[in-house]
This record gives sequence, C-alpha cells and structure tokens, in this order.
Amino acid sequence: MLSFFKKPLIRGGVHAEEHKAATATQAIVYNFPLPKKLYIPLQQHVGKPAEPLIRVGDKVLKGQLLAYSQGVISAPVHAPSSGIILDVNDYPAPHPSALPIRMIVLETDGKDKWITTEVPIDPFLLEPEDISLRVGAAGIVGLGGATFPTAVKLNMGRDNHVDTLIINGSECEPYLSCDDRLMQERAEEIIDGVRLMLHGMRSEKAVVAIEDNKPQAYLAMHTAALPYPTIQVIQIPTRYPMGWDRQLIRYVTGKEVPVGCRSSEIGVTIHNVGTAYAVHKAIRHGQPLLSRVITVAGGAVKRPMNIEVPLGTLISELFNFCEVNTETTARIVMGGPMMGESLPHSGLPTVKATSGILALTASELKNTEEQPCIRCAACVSVCPAGLRPLDMANNIRVNQLDAAVDIGLKDCISCGCCSYICPSNIPLVQYFKYASGEVMARQQAQHKAEQNKRLMDARNARMERIAQQQREEEQARLAAKAERERLKAAEQEVVA
Amino acid sequence: MYVISAIFSLTLLGLFLGFLLAIAGKYLKVESSPIVDELESLLPGSQCGQCGFPGCRPAAEALAEGKAPATICPPGGSALANQIAALLGLDLDLSEVKEPELLVARVSEATCTGCTRCFKVCPTDAIIGAPKQIHVVVADACIACKKCVDVCPTECLQMHPIEVTLRSWRWAKPVLPETGNALC
Repeated sequence: MLSFFKKPLIRGGVHAEEHKAATATQAIVYNFPLPKKLYIPLQQHVGKPAEPLIRVGDKVLKGQLLAYSQGVISAPVHAPSSGIILDVNDYPAPHPSALPIRMIVLETDGKDKWITTEVPIDPFLLEPEDISLRVGAAGIVGLGGATFPTAVKLNMGRDNHVDTLIINGSECEPYLSCDDRLMQERAEEIIDGVRLMLHGMRSEKAVVAIEDNKPQAYLAMHTAALPYPTIQVIQIPTRYPMGWDRQLIRYVTGKEVPVGCRSSEIGVTIHNVGTAYAVHKAIRHGQPLLSRVITVAGGAVKRPMNIEVPLGTLISELFNFCEVNTETTARIVMGGPMMGESLPHSGLPTVKATSGILALTASELKNTEEQPCIRCAACVSVCPAGLRPLDMANNIRVNQLDAAVDIGLKDCISCGCCSYICPSNIPLVQYFKYASGEVMARQQAQHKAEQNKRLMDARNARMERIAQQQREEEQARLAAKAERERLKAAEQEVVA
Repeated sequence: MYVISAIFSLTLLGLFLGFLLAIAGKYLKVESSPIVDELESLLPGSQCGQCGFPGCRPAAEALAEGKAPATICPPGGSALANQIAALLGLDLDLSEVKEPELLVARVSEATCTGCTRCFKVCPTDAIIGAPKQIHVVVADACIACKKCVDVCPTECLQMHPIEVTLRSWRWAKPVLPETGNALC
C-alpha cells in the first residue's frame, strides 16, 4: 500500500524499436585500414578549443601532443597515428551546419609508430590528483556524447566528496551498440578503469548500470566486478532516455538533482563505460585518447558493425569500408536516431563524441507531414523532464519565447521523446531547439548591448574630461598672459 | 454658529495643506518621469536616429507619452519591442517588425591611409589606430552605427554582414504546413 505513495523512479520516456541486433551480435572490428589523411578538429569537447603547438610540415609520432588544452575546461588533442602535418586550417565540422572549424590535417605514413610513453608501476600508489592530471593530459572527455572533460569531472567529484560513482552502460539510443560490445569484450579493462576513477575521486562506491536488453554485457561486467566489493553491477529497465544522467541518478540512488545544480553537488558523479575504458588505457598503458569504437548501422549499410577507428577518420571512408549504399541513404546521422544530429554530407571527420554513424533509408525516417494537435497529451506523459511540450510549442509558434522559458524551456534536454510519440507529427523538439538557440542569441545580444553602453559611457566621460582639461588650460593660458602683460606694464612704469 | 466654525476650520486646513503641497512641489520635484529613464536604459543608446527622433532620450519620451509604438527602434528588433511592450503593458503586433540585419564595419587594408578620422567618431571606441597606420575594427564592440563609413575619405570602411560561425549558428524555426493553421 505504501508503494502506492512512492515517487516513481522513472519519469516519462519511450520504448523505441531497438534495431541493435545487426551490430550487437558481432565482435568489434579492429582491422580498419589506416586512412591516408586524418582531419582532427581542435575542439572535440565542451569548453575552449585546444591550441596547436605543431607547425605545418612537422613529423609527428602516434600519441604525440598536437594541441594543448587552454583554460580550466578544455582538453588536449593527440596524433591518432604517425605522419606529417599537412595543414592547420578551417574545414567543415561534423555538425548539421557543416560550418568550418579549425582542424589539423595529418597525412599518415602507414608506420603507426608510437611515441615512448611512461607508465606507472602501480597506479593505485599515485596521488588521486595525479590520476586527474594523467586523465586530463590524455585528452579524455565524456564518451557518451556530452564530451565534458573527464579530468574536470574527477576533480569536481573529489572537491565535492562524491560518494557514489555511476557508470552509465545504459546505451538507450536505438541502433547504437558500441558500449554493449565494449562491455562484452573489454569488461575487465572497464572495471579497472572504474577502480582507477574511484581512486582518482577518493570515492568508495561505484554502480555500473546496464539496461536489461544487454544480458551478455551484464554477465561479462558482473563477472569482471566480482572480486571488487566496491563495484556493483545492476540491471535497469530498458526505456529511453535511461542514459540521461538525472534519470539514471534518480533510478539508481533515488535522489533528484535540483534544477541548476550539478550531480556532484548531491554526491553523485556519472561517467560512461567508454570513458572508463579510455581511463584504463591512459593510466595503465599511457595511451591518450586516439581512437574509439563507433557503431555504423542503418538501412543503407550493407555491412553494419562496431568498428574501432582513429579519431579524424572521414565518415566517407567509414562508409566505404562498411559498404554503405549512398543512393538509398536518405539521411546521415551522427549519434543515435533520437538525439543525434543529421549531417549534410559524409566528407566530415569522426570525433571523440561520435558514438555512431547511421545511414538511414527513406523508409526508416518518420513521415513528416504535420497535422493539427489533438491535445492527446502524449508528449506530456513521455517527457522525462516533466514539462508540457504542447504548451511550450504553442508559445514558441507565436514568438512568445519568454512564456516558453517560464514553463520550463531551459529544462528541456532535447531527448526527442515528444516528437517521437506525437501522433500528429508535430516537430516539437525542433521547436525547442530553435527556441533555446534564439533565447541564447537574445541573451548574447543583450549582453553585447550592455557592454556597448558601458563603452559609450566611458567614451563620453573621457570626451567630457578632455574638454574640461582644455577649458582649464585655456583659462590658465589667459591668466598667464594677463599676468605677463601686467608685469610688462609694471616694468615700463618703473623704466619710465 | 457650528456652521461658521466648520467653514473656518476647513478653510484653514485647506490653506495649510495647499501650502504644504506647494512646498513639496517646489522642493521634491521629480526632474523627469522615471519610466522615461527606464525606457532610455532599454534603448541602444547609440543615438542613431533611425526612429525619426533626434536620439534615444526623445524616443523614450515619445514612448512614455504613448506617441510612438513599441516597435519604434529598428536596431533593437523584436527582442527590444517585447521588452518595451512588457514595461508599458502594451499589446504587441510583431508582424511588422523586421529583425535588424547584423552588420559589422571592416577596414580594407589596401586603401586605408591612416587618417584617424574614423576612430574619432566611433561612439564605442571600436576602431583602433594611429596616424598613418592601418586602422582596425574590433568586431565585438562595433554597433553598426555607420558613422565611420560616412567620414572615411577613401571608402575603405564598409559594412559587411556578420558571418555565421559554428558558435553563432542556430536552428531555424520549423515552418507550419500550408493547411495546418490550427494551433497545437
């Protein structure tokens, strides 16, 4: 009876068709031919872009630092293979707009020769601060897609005395199975990475949460974690967006992260399984983040697979290897189908955030013919953030963005559940993405106006000061002249 | 008798209060309506004159008196119109408002003679230069008032549209289908 009054642990969410079987059943492919050219963006993370320290024409080794991190929230970039730097210039970014960003172009020499690396004998004898430093120097960022620098997160966890580390193995997006395969094949390494992160944060307890549609991954991880009582592996229900940090934290710990707070403030930090694996490689083998496992799937892919590719590989080369039919490809998506971003063409590089590349056929895309809203409130019941998507969209349509912000636009996580469920095909999440951008643009414009006003006031004050000074000088000059004339007159009088 | 004393006391009271009011009116006088100040602080303050008033202050006065619509300021666009309407409690018709085209001044280095005229008129000190040195515009501080374009003797200062970068790129608003005019 009491359970009746308990707050539900999962709010909203949808259960989409999974489409994971094609890739989840086969082993990760490691024999991807080394591309001739790698396009390495200087910003593959949240925060400030890295600053290059190489010159065009330099020879670099695999793992060599190409660009150092700038500021507190930033991450360095390393050479994914050995070769020569061809260019440091603007190239199209893997982004829906494909606008140019700064990239380093590396021509590989095929030798794949490593730089010499230094490895600690027992990393658990290192200071926790040292673990963060090494993780930061390896350029590791959150590989679940958020790309927040991991070292910063470890530091925040230590400073806030986080007691629980949640390892996110939910992989709730349809099509994607890279984390699933990684957990099946690299369970021990991931668990080692989790132990290193626990050490780095001085935390006591880790919970690895895996959706119950991945029983083999659960089994592998559970077996690998058996010797360590501090690490608990649990199964969680399969429901998108289970991998959203707040949803996962609420389900695992029963705590709700307050609006505007970071999860570390309530004593929880969340990392992805891929990140844990990258931490293992960085600390145990001294290897920076140079490659990642990417799911290539979708109706237009003849050989769908999970494949490890060096960062900076062009998507077109990946498509060649996986035999993608470019004629039936109606849309290229980076990431999962729910939150991923559609790309205009395949001449764009893969980055640290790329968990999957989907080549979808027209039949896999949703019919986009929009119908009037029938007020079924399906979007309200699936919204994991507890918002009213239909009301927000209504406000945004008539340009009342402030009204939309008042009813929670800023809490929207763009998970796409509302658009997915809407029987009238209303592009709800598209409205919210537009409105969020517009609100941000307005804030920036207002900030700029304030700054300009300050500049104008400063200039006016300076002009006033200069005019005042000139007046005073003029008066002083006149007074001096009068004084001189008086003296002259007095002199003449004396002479006379 | 009562009538006379009532008339007398009320007259006295009236005179006294009137005297107080006269003093207050003289010494506690409000220089200008606070709403005008508030409106002026919202307006860009670049005194560009595009609204038809000689500056932002007269425009704010006209707004406060209800002689000008909330959409008066072209550089402010719909964002500013919204703020003004909220402050004055007006209903707003945004269909007529054009979003201002974002421009920034740029110096063509080939033709700049370093005459220093442009940075003397720049209201935000956005132009850096010295005599006989090529001048340059700090794009972040440029408010696109075009004053420098007017004084440049070699026409090397021109307004250019601001380029969209990855940081400033935004999703467009979804367009409604032709038939679906019912709101959701």
